[in-house]
Amino acid sequence: MGEPRGFLRYARSEVGHRPVVERVTDFHEIDLPLTPEAMRNQAARCMNCGIPFCQGAGCPVVNCIPDFNDLVYRGRWKDACSLLHRTNNFPEITGRVCPAPCENACTLNVNDNPVMIKHIEYQIVERGFEEGWIVPQPPRVRTGKRVAVIGSGPAGLAAAQNLARTGHDVMVIEKDERPGGLLRYGIPDFKLDKGVIDRRLDQMRAEGVQFQCGVTVGEDISVRYLRKRFDGVCLAMGAGQPRDLNVPGRGFDNIVYAMEYLTAQNKLCAGEPLEGAAPISAKDKVVVVIGGGDTGSDCVGTARRQGARKIYQLEILPKPPEQRPSDTPWPNWPRIMRTSSSQEEGCERLWSVMTKRFIGTDILVSQLLGCQVEWITGPQGWEVKEVSGTEFRLPVDLVLLAMGFVHVTHAGLVQNLGLRLDERGNVLVNHHQTSEPWVFAAGDAVRGASLVVHAIRSGQDAAAAMDRWLRQEHRGQ
Amino acid sequence: MIVNPKNQGLYDRQFEHDACGIGAVVDIAGRPNHAILEYGQQVLKNLRHRGAAGADNVTGDGAGILLQIPHELFAAECQTNGIVLPAPGRYGVGMVFTSKDALLRAKWDALLAQAMGHYGLDVIGWREVPTQPDCLGPIALAAEPAIRQVFIDGNGLADVDLERRLYRARKRTERLVREDGGTEAEEFYVVSMSCRTICYKGMFMDWQLFAYYPDLADKRTTTSLCIIHQRYSTNTFPNWRLAQPFRCIAHNGEINTLSGNRNSMRGREPKMVSPTLGDDLTDLFPVVDPTGSDSAAFDNALELLVQSGRSMPHALMMMIPEAFGAKYHISTDKRAFYEYHAAVMEPWDGPAAMVFTDGRIIGGTLDRNGLRPCRYLVTKDGLAIIGSEAGVVEFPPEQISAKGRLRPGHLFLIDTTEGRIISDNEIKSRIARQSPYRRWLEENRIELRGLFDAPDLVETDPVETIKRMRAFGYTAEEKRMILAPMAVNGQEPVGSMGNDTPLAVLSDRPKLLFSYFRQLFAQVTNPAIDPLREGLVMSLTLFTGKKQNVLDESPVHCRQLKLPHPILTSADMARLRAVSRADFKVATVPMLFDVNRRSPGKALRKGLDALVKAAQAAVVDGASLVILSDRGVSQTQAAIPSLLAVSAVHHHLLREALRNECGLIVESAEPREVMHFCLLAGYGANAVNPYLAFDALAEMNQCGDLGEAIEPVAVSDHYIAAIKKGILKTMSKMGISTLRSYLYAQLFEAIGLKKSFVDEYFTGTTSRIGGIGLDEVAREALSRHAYAYDNDDYSYPEIDMGGDYAFRYQGERHLWNPTTVAKLQEAVRNDDAEAYAEFAEAVNAQSERLCTLRGLFDFQAGKPVPIEKVEPASEIVKRFCTGAMSHGSISKEAHECMAVAMNRLGGMSNTGEGGEDPARYVVESNGDSKNSAIKQVASARFGVTINYLAHARELQIKVAQGAKPGEGGQLPGHKVTGEIATLRFSTPGVTLISPPPHHDIYSIEDLAQLIYDLKCACPGCKVSVKLVAEVGVGTIAAGVVKGNADEVLVSGHDGGTGASPLSSIMHAGCPWELGLAETQQTLVLNNLRGRTRLQTDGQMRTGRDIVVGALLGAEQFGFGTAALVTLGCTLLRKCHEGGCIYGIATQDPELRKRFAGKPEHLTRYLTFVAEEVRQIMAELGFEKFEDMVGRVDRLKTAKAIGHWKAKGLDLSAIFHQVDTSDGRPVRFCERQQDKHQDHMDWKIIELARDAIENKKPVTLELPIRNTDRTIGAILSNRIVLAHGPEGLPDDTLNVVFRGSAGQSFGAFLIGGATLTLIGESNDYLGKGLSGGRIVVKTPPEATYLPHENIIVGNTLLYGATGGEAFINGMAGERFAVRNSGTVAVVEGVGDHGCEYMTGGCVVVLGGTGCNFAAGMSGGIAYVLDERQLFDTLCNLDMVDLETVWREEDKSVLRQLIERHRTFTNSVRAKYVLDHWSGMIGRFVKVVPIDYRKALERMKAEERRGTETTPATEEVFHG
Repeated sequence: MGEPRGFLRYARSEVGHRPVVERVTDFHEIDLPLTPEAMRNQAARCMNCGIPFCQGAGCPVVNCIPDFNDLVYRGRWKDACSLLHRTNNFPEITGRVCPAPCENACTLNVNDNPVMIKHIEYQIVERGFEEGWIVPQPPRVRTGKRVAVIGSGPAGLAAAQNLARTGHDVMVIEKDERPGGLLRYGIPDFKLDKGVIDRRLDQMRAEGVQFQCGVTVGEDISVRYLRKRFDGVCLAMGAGQPRDLNVPGRGFDNIVYAMEYLTAQNKLCAGEPLEGAAPISAKDKVVVVIGGGDTGSDCVGTARRQGARKIYQLEILPKPPEQRPSDTPWPNWPRIMRTSSSQEEGCERLWSVMTKRFIGTDILVSQLLGCQVEWITGPQGWEVKEVSGTEFRLPVDLVLLAMGFVHVTHAGLVQNLGLRLDERGNVLVNHHQTSEPWVFAAGDAVRGASLVVHAIRSGQDAAAAMDRWLRQEHRGQ
Repeated sequence: MIVNPKNQGLYDRQFEHDACGIGAVVDIAGRPNHAILEYGQQVLKNLRHRGAAGADNVTGDGAGILLQIPHELFAAECQTNGIVLPAPGRYGVGMVFTSKDALLRAKWDALLAQAMGHYGLDVIGWREVPTQPDCLGPIALAAEPAIRQVFIDGNGLADVDLERRLYRARKRTERLVREDGGTEAEEFYVVSMSCRTICYKGMFMDWQLFAYYPDLADKRTTTSLCIIHQRYSTNTFPNWRLAQPFRCIAHNGEINTLSGNRNSMRGREPKMVSPTLGDDLTDLFPVVDPTGSDSAAFDNALELLVQSGRSMPHALMMMIPEAFGAKYHISTDKRAFYEYHAAVMEPWDGPAAMVFTDGRIIGGTLDRNGLRPCRYLVTKDGLAIIGSEAGVVEFPPEQISAKGRLRPGHLFLIDTTEGRIISDNEIKSRIARQSPYRRWLEENRIELRGLFDAPDLVETDPVETIKRMRAFGYTAEEKRMILAPMAVNGQEPVGSMGNDTPLAVLSDRPKLLFSYFRQLFAQVTNPAIDPLREGLVMSLTLFTGKKQNVLDESPVHCRQLKLPHPILTSADMARLRAVSRADFKVATVPMLFDVNRRSPGKALRKGLDALVKAAQAAVVDGASLVILSDRGVSQTQAAIPSLLAVSAVHHHLLREALRNECGLIVESAEPREVMHFCLLAGYGANAVNPYLAFDALAEMNQCGDLGEAIEPVAVSDHYIAAIKKGILKTMSKMGISTLRSYLYAQLFEAIGLKKSFVDEYFTGTTSRIGGIGLDEVAREALSRHAYAYDNDDYSYPEIDMGGDYAFRYQGERHLWNPTTVAKLQEAVRNDDAEAYAEFAEAVNAQSERLCTLRGLFDFQAGKPVPIEKVEPASEIVKRFCTGAMSHGSISKEAHECMAVAMNRLGGMSNTGEGGEDPARYVVESNGDSKNSAIKQVASARFGVTINYLAHARELQIKVAQGAKPGEGGQLPGHKVTGEIATLRFSTPGVTLISPPPHHDIYSIEDLAQLIYDLKCACPGCKVSVKLVAEVGVGTIAAGVVKGNADEVLVSGHDGGTGASPLSSIMHAGCPWELGLAETQQTLVLNNLRGRTRLQTDGQMRTGRDIVVGALLGAEQFGFGTAALVTLGCTLLRKCHEGGCIYGIATQDPELRKRFAGKPEHLTRYLTFVAEEVRQIMAELGFEKFEDMVGRVDRLKTAKAIGHWKAKGLDLSAIFHQVDTSDGRPVRFCERQQDKHQDHMDWKIIELARDAIENKKPVTLELPIRNTDRTIGAILSNRIVLAHGPEGLPDDTLNVVFRGSAGQSFGAFLIGGATLTLIGESNDYLGKGLSGGRIVVKTPPEATYLPHENIIVGNTLLYGATGGEAFINGMAGERFAVRNSGTVAVVEGVGDHGCEYMTGGCVVVLGGTGCNFAAGMSGGIAYVLDERQLFDTLCNLDMVDLETVWREEDKSVLRQLIERHRTFTNSVRAKYVLDHWSGMIGRFVKVVPIDYRKALERMKAEERRGTETTPATEEVFHG
């Protein structure tokens, strides 16, 4: 523990951002990291509580937060880096894009400002790469078992890394051109520079993970091939099915899914070839983003950088309160008013609104017809109800649908494998094992769309379950 | 004859305790006289209140008298029976308890005759001792033995020779009868057999002794000396033989180290040779009767030493040595005597007042701490009387030639053959010089050159160190939280908020064998010692090597290695191994076993067998020291747990009669914390080298984990210092002063170890619920070993992270975890029953995942009742209390919040040990009350005034607390804000110390006295006594109930909210389930349960916990941590650092503002709990809560304990049902007897009505006796309730007493009342004095010098907060202890004067004992230091000495002395005043350092005359 009364001595700092005027002109990362000296004081604020809620109630990968805070306070960055990697495969990712449930659960968040855990994590891992402390950890003994991981998002990568380190031969099969999944194609560069992914992939390759990109299982290779070639398979292809908006006028060409839009920009930034026509650009357009979540924010930031004239962001839920509501007491994750850096860059947010229809000409939408809604409790829980007389119209040149994802894509692999699904349409698993014993699953494919950090944890757990199963099978032979 | 109840359930008779009143009467000139007996009878009668009666109120615990053989009576009586006695002194008389069964009796008579014949003695005849059984109570009567006297012809032998022969013949008789066998053999008991003395005793109350034995009243019975004893036992099971005196002694006290002493005596037997006792000593063995009490064992050992040729004073000096540490001024020869004998025999340690006689000499002695009172008086006509109290026999003052008290460690001796009193100095210097002990020591003692030099730097191999740390279960947390603080501060680390992890046997993780043991600690029956403030009586020095014949003395006896403490560095080990002396060989034996994962148990057993054999071989080969070492741990060899290894070797050598041939040294990587060292010492290690702890610290220091500033050498030094302090503290908890007596004493209880395993390797240790055995121990060791040797990843963290002290997801389970805390807070804040249900589910289900014993219990289903019929929650919550947390440990806001909540519910909150603001006694306008229903009376007595006591619904005496039983506490100065200081009658910024013991409870009869005091201070109020669960707590509770307590609280080990040393939080005490069940069973067995309520606490959380508690016997329940959690606590466990961000455990004004708790949070929680209780009651079919109490038949073991460790548990002892077929109650049904009806205060109140009601001056004169106790307290209660804390105007009521006052004279006396005592007083005068005035005057007729005579007893003005006391004579030990406001003048004091004082002023016009001002943090003392040696007697840790030169000091002092003269007519005061200018220079002013600073600060503030900085803030931030 740093200083017993450190939290009284030092105030929480916030991570700075590049000035808006500057940052909206490029796609580079916007965070301005603190200095190492400042980090010491920030780490000193940690009390090493008898019950560290940050770890026990906050962090899905159960990082040993008080312990690495203490190491940072003592200047033992290398040890902190080692400790951090014991629980988190990709702290450089979570250190950038995690909403930090740990900080929400920090006991200082009860009546003070939490320790800046996320940024401490970021600093530890960045220093680790800089100093060359993060080196491949190839297995000492190989099991000879062959494993395929389908999908290379955070869940797939975490699973692959852990399986490789325990000695299995791991092949990651990715449908896109390069590994990374949502990390690479979903998250904009200004939040996560893609070089960050590449340096981790280098480590994984050195640990023995092989990547097979541009291959769609179920199309390019068959299930039979998988069964023959591998002892076990881990599905980590995410929740690919976006939630649609079934209103009149949905069919216009300039109404697109957020993920298509973001992917295009990410590929553009990376210099990757784009399939089909020219990329959709928001330049000089009035953009409406439907969906108030993180993806929506990413769309806002991307559109801003593309030079949008005006950006609206629509959210069907009411505007959240400024203060924590009593139904989500600490350390639960509260729904409170938050403003993302992208929103900061300029967009108009509308709350409690519903899109009723799109109006346009030919193939392009030009107007959005919406209305205010209210939320009432009905027999099935909360129900949304239109407020009469509140209809409004927005002029629009581009509509981005960022309303989340419903479940894993069923067509193709899931159907071919004949896997059982849960009531929400996700792959049904028991300790990460699907209804086909040799097939395991992890990440959003199992739990539906969620945080990167959940995906990492899920990948770790799936790897552990799979490893146990493989070793048992092995013994059986 | 009814035999004692067999051990059953959790009751085990070995835990019985007793305490007593003792006395002796002697005609110094040795003239036999019947009057001596009559005096003895008076002594006994006047000590009645020190004894106790059983459940029937007419069966005493025992009384007896030892006198010289009344030849005249016996000669005449025998003649009528046709027996002719030889001349006096030529025959022996045996007093025998035997069977009423004629056949058995005849058989035993024959055995006795045969034994006598074997030694050349002849039985002349038998006499049936006349008795009057009709005076006895039914319990005593049922157990009455046949009582007979046997007369034995010495056949020419006389005196010492005959005594020895009789001794051997008696021991042979006992052996023959024992070997003859059967449980009946217990009925045969030789009370005494001597040619000089005879003992009459039995299960009597005081008056029954003389009524039962007409012999004693017979005028022909004459003696010149007698010793008497009145027993107070914790149990009331019939046992005539445990009554005292024994053959040599009567003992008031307790031998804490009994099992160690017993083991050592057994170890000595093989080497015993005695020319005086003949060649064959086998008849004498075992020397110590294994079935006897501690006092009986002492008597056995003393008898042997005396019969083998040592004088009785010599033997007593060996067994109860006085403290001879460097701080004592004693002669070199005497110190050498004690040191020499330290190598021969360990002290029989524990509080003791002992009277002893061999028929010629008679005397008394006290233990080194002086923890039992003993007073004496000598008359001008040559009579001396020794007694537990002054005034047991009344004499006119002019007839008295001297009075006094026994001093700690001193002997008071009368030799009737010489016809004089022999002073302590004379007898001791005579004995100390009878052999050249000093020279023997100098020439033989082995002190290795360089041993204990500053340790060298250790070179460590980092990878090897990591491997070892893994193999021995080190965690990163342990390094950070345990090792680092020890190395940095030289102190044991502190934590808070109790322990909520599973018992070792319930944990999934491999635990060290150490963690299956719990420390025992002293409660009630004897006091803990203060290892800091009274450290001068303690010692860690030991001698190890070959021991010699204890019955002899020679230079070789001390040819042993002297170690100043038992921790050896690795360099010391190298030096030890380098020793090569023919008479001192060192051997090393590896304690390792083969890594064999298939059958680990077998491999470990094989390793143990090899170890034991190798050790034995080494000893036989002549090794003086055997080192057990695990340095050889490797891939293929794992370490035998060091505790198991040392205990196995120790017990094996004991059995092989080789234990005294060598010292055992453990060289192990395993021990690192205090508990480990204590366990190793307790089970046989003479010294320990914890090499890995040193290596780990060296490595940590290199990494900078210990900070920059530490010299490498200092690291080990600090660590050793911390361990030493910890060992001292652990010993002191048990009331043990020297490591020599702690060695082998096995003062631990095992929890979760299989009985057969314990019996084999830890013989004599209690293990009540079974558990794991050798196989599991081996598996645990191997799983660590595998982690060390099958894993070569050494990156950070190289070792397990831990998670025992703070929650870690990856570590040990905790019952308080993110889920449970969050759910509970959500439930109470949103009044959300569903969230509570989730909380309860998480806790209850977690219990089933093995965290607690109760988690292993299931309910036995009953016929359900509709929930509407079940008693409402509003009634159930009245059984709930909050834990004792002081305002000081927690903030005012939190403290008052809890009080309001509990008062709203009708439950009870607890003040804790910190007083209470009287403003809280006024009810708020909205009807809320902040008055805590329970007012705690703890050892420091902070704020315990008559006003405080008078406003209680219940008074709670805190004997121990769960988190740190047997320990004191300290509130550092920076936490003593103005607010806190006011409540505690102290000074802001000055550290406050809570002593480990109550200085008025050194024994069970003292506790009875305090209960009596408190019931006087608040008539009609309930008094409860708080104990902590440990093995034997049931027996203590029985004693407590006999002491008239209305309620007993049994706390679990795991509770506790305050700051405590981590070793105490984790290792002391046991779960409440065990303690409660034992208490319930013992109280029912004793038929005492109906008179008391039982309460329990310790990590109580849910309704299920409550129901389990009720079924086990509890009626009330305490909530500590859970209550705090409802108010916002999330277990930061930072209470001890004051940085509580929730404003709960802090006094920081900034943080207090953050307090967000509300009374409704707590009331909601307790209501939820009560509702959960109702649901379970409905399911079980109980409508009324009280019907559940004690229904242990409704509990059973959970169906399947599948856990690999827990499957060996056997909970049947907890579920044991005591036979209640006679209709005896199993729950509270009648109030305790009112013992205050005939209290003298009622009369005073009647006579002083005009003063009390109308404030008119009244003066009264009354006689007083030592049986008139606690005079003035009821009176003060009446006055405070009528007039408030200020009382009456000064001098309104004057009462003058003549005689000897009983204990607690003037206790809690309020202002306006003056009690003048012309005569003398016993202990505790002016306890809690609350503004009144006490004057004690030597009677004018007295011819002795007042300032040289003891006039008042020990422990005066304890916790006094105001008023004055003028004592015209000397006081005993601990004058003005914890005084916080009283002004007192006295003419001399004993040891430990002004201890823990925080305020007030004391003037001593005469000598002082040692250790004056220990722990004194406030107030002023002026001492007349005529010999200019006061600085050598004063404990200078916290105080400075000054001369009295300031005018203001001079005038204060003069005024006080003048007042003293005015009130007492003191000659001494007059002399000082008459020679003022000459005398003033001889006074020394004692002023605490912090206190002076605080005063200066306050003065400076006054001068500034501004109010800009409130004192509180300045204290806090300054």
